[in-house]
Amino acid sequence: MTKAKRKRLIYNCITFAIVIIAFIVLQSMIENKTITRALKGQLIPICCWIVMAVSLNLVIGISGELSLGHAGFMSVGAFTGAVVSGYLLHGLGVENETLRLVLAIVGGGLIAGLAGVVIGIPVLRLRGDYLAIVTLAFGEIIRNLVNVTYIGVSDGALVFNFLRKNVPENTRMLVDGASGAVKVAKISTFTAGFVLVLITLVVVLNLINSRSGRAIKAIRDNRIAAESMGVPVTKYKMMAFVTAAVLAGMAGALYGLNSSTVVPSQFTFNQSINVLVFVVLGGLGNVLGSVISATLLTVLPEVLRAFADYRMLVYAIVLILVMIFTNNPTIRAFADRIFAPVKRLFTGKKEAEAA
Amino acid sequence: MKKFLAFALALALCLTSVAALAEVELTIAHIGPTTGPAALYGLATLHGAEIAVQEINEAGEFNITLVNEDDEHNVEKAVNAYNAALDAGAVAIIGNTTSKPCEAVSALAVEDRVIMITPSASSEAVLENGDDGYKGNVFQVCFTDPNQGLASAEYIVEHKLGEKAFVIYNNADVYSIGIRDTFNAKAAELGLEVVGEEVFNDETTDFTVQVSKAQELGADIVFLPMYYTPASLILQTAAAREYKPVFFGVDGMDGILGIEGFDTSLAEGVMLLTPFVATSEDPAVKSFVEKYEAAYGETPIQFAADAYDGVYALVAAAKEAGITTGMSVEEVCEALIPAMTTITVDGITGSMTWDETGAVTKTPMAAVIENGVYVIDAD
Repeated sequence: MTKAKRKRLIYNCITFAIVIIAFIVLQSMIENKTITRALKGQLIPICCWIVMAVSLNLVIGISGELSLGHAGFMSVGAFTGAVVSGYLLHGLGVENETLRLVLAIVGGGLIAGLAGVVIGIPVLRLRGDYLAIVTLAFGEIIRNLVNVTYIGVSDGALVFNFLRKNVPENTRMLVDGASGAVKVAKISTFTAGFVLVLITLVVVLNLINSRSGRAIKAIRDNRIAAESMGVPVTKYKMMAFVTAAVLAGMAGALYGLNSSTVVPSQFTFNQSINVLVFVVLGGLGNVLGSVISATLLTVLPEVLRAFADYRMLVYAIVLILVMIFTNNPTIRAFADRIFAPVKRLFTGKKEAEAA
Repeated sequence: MKKFLAFALALALCLTSVAALAEVELTIAHIGPTTGPAALYGLATLHGAEIAVQEINEAGEFNITLVNEDDEHNVEKAVNAYNAALDAGAVAIIGNTTSKPCEAVSALAVEDRVIMITPSASSEAVLENGDDGYKGNVFQVCFTDPNQGLASAEYIVEHKLGEKAFVIYNNADVYSIGIRDTFNAKAAELGLEVVGEEVFNDETTDFTVQVSKAQELGADIVFLPMYYTPASLILQTAAAREYKPVFFGVDGMDGILGIEGFDTSLAEGVMLLTPFVATSEDPAVKSFVEKYEAAYGETPIQFAADAYDGVYALVAAAKEAGITTGMSVEEVCEALIPAMTTITVDGITGSMTWDETGAVTKTPMAAVIENGVYVIDAD
């Protein structure tokens, strides 16, 4: 085992260990009823935001493209998930919640992936920052499109229309235009969220460390050099972008089915930027960093509730301070010294073995 | 002497604790957007509720602690705010102020058995429980959107405001569509002729087409189920074309006089369906408006009045049900649900009763704008 490989293995192990231990602790807290309602209510959203942050990190940190419409994919996933789950329940009479949830998440991922392909094919062939502009537009287009989309179940069949008046009278609406997804049966569970986070980590970490992942990173670092070595640029960029879109769609489905109502205006440009903040704060290309920052930054505004109306001000100040401190050389050196014994615990011993 | 002092102190302590025992301690939570784009409404409901709580505490019998949780007019934050409110020990909820957050929160509250009285979340989905009827634990102080359409049509016919109605509505807004649908249905039923209708959307800034069509068709009453911003543009366009029908709006019109740079003389004679008029001579309304202006330095809008009445309704139901200190959230909810449907509350937005669905019954009032202020329509 080379040094680099071992380092990667340790990093991946730590990432998985943190997620699994957090799950076990929280799950036992739920069973002992020692958890506060406020924290319990946030568990599923946290899982969704982790998946969003990790998948966006794949686009921004690993493939080096800027995407500003990640919430658009989440929106696609959320509404697809609501339609799939609703159709299974009202159209086909499927009562099993787990089955519906799984199919909804898969459906959300597929449709969001399809949207990713449609956007990626023309845009990822270009050079420059076009992806940022197109994904920005995509997020807005999706929001406005959902505003005029009416989907419902009528006599066991799926009804789809862009005009409310063309929808038959006896339709059970699933997506009702500007009202969004209405009367959604809440079927998301924390366990499903945890499994989704694990799947995301497995997919993303394996992709990063695979042959394809190395190609993606080579393109990020020097496109011309990579191309001259025969790496097909568009193919690998598509791979990263579409994987991220699928994962965002899955997160969206889980997020949508966690609330009885989902509105298109929840997935605005601001929400995309929010995910971008998670990624940047966690470190570009750092998967574990994304997991931690998505968790902390989702919980932080709720912890700051005590500050009432000033909490978003405090939140902004905390963000700035974190940015400053994580980039300050003195503080970094200090942190390295503190964590040195921990690091040695892994590397030192194994180095001795390897030697 | 020392003994006597100690005795007196003990006696005093006993007396105060007896006095405290007589009061029912309740913690209630207000949930609404006190920051963000809808903060205007959330702050109004918060302030209205604060005044009601202050009055009730002064009157004795109840000692209410009001907790405020901000939902930012966002569904995810609303759920967090609701959980935080319950963690803070709230046994009843005044909220949410806006419809979509209220739908999300009430879906949780129906399972957790938490009573909710919403001042101003007017969509029907707030009351409906998925596909199986009504939640039953959620009560509205305001009319539902469809009921505003019904009440408007009834008011126009009853007071003979016009014969040919024309409707302009926003077909990208649930609120506007909902009111327009029931207005048209009720108008047909009552024999009010709707000569035509025109649509617009959030981006529309030129209303020449809509207004000129109404003018060509000779409509003498123009129904505007929309918020005040587009309504102000319609009034400007109509004034420019010297078209003077009766303009009739709904609660979203409340606030038209507050638009900066808007010539309020254009709104002269505009009527709107509103449960609350701040200039009313009613002593209860007067006292509320005075306290509100003294505390917050602005004239209360109807959202504040709705929240004020919501708190009074909750207390009236608590009296009826004999709520005592220390009852759990579920016990309070189960006790208050039957009580809510039996009480009648004479509030500043009218005399109100509730049915099992949670919808309110009260007489709609119409206000007319005269000399730049709202006054209750005398007819």
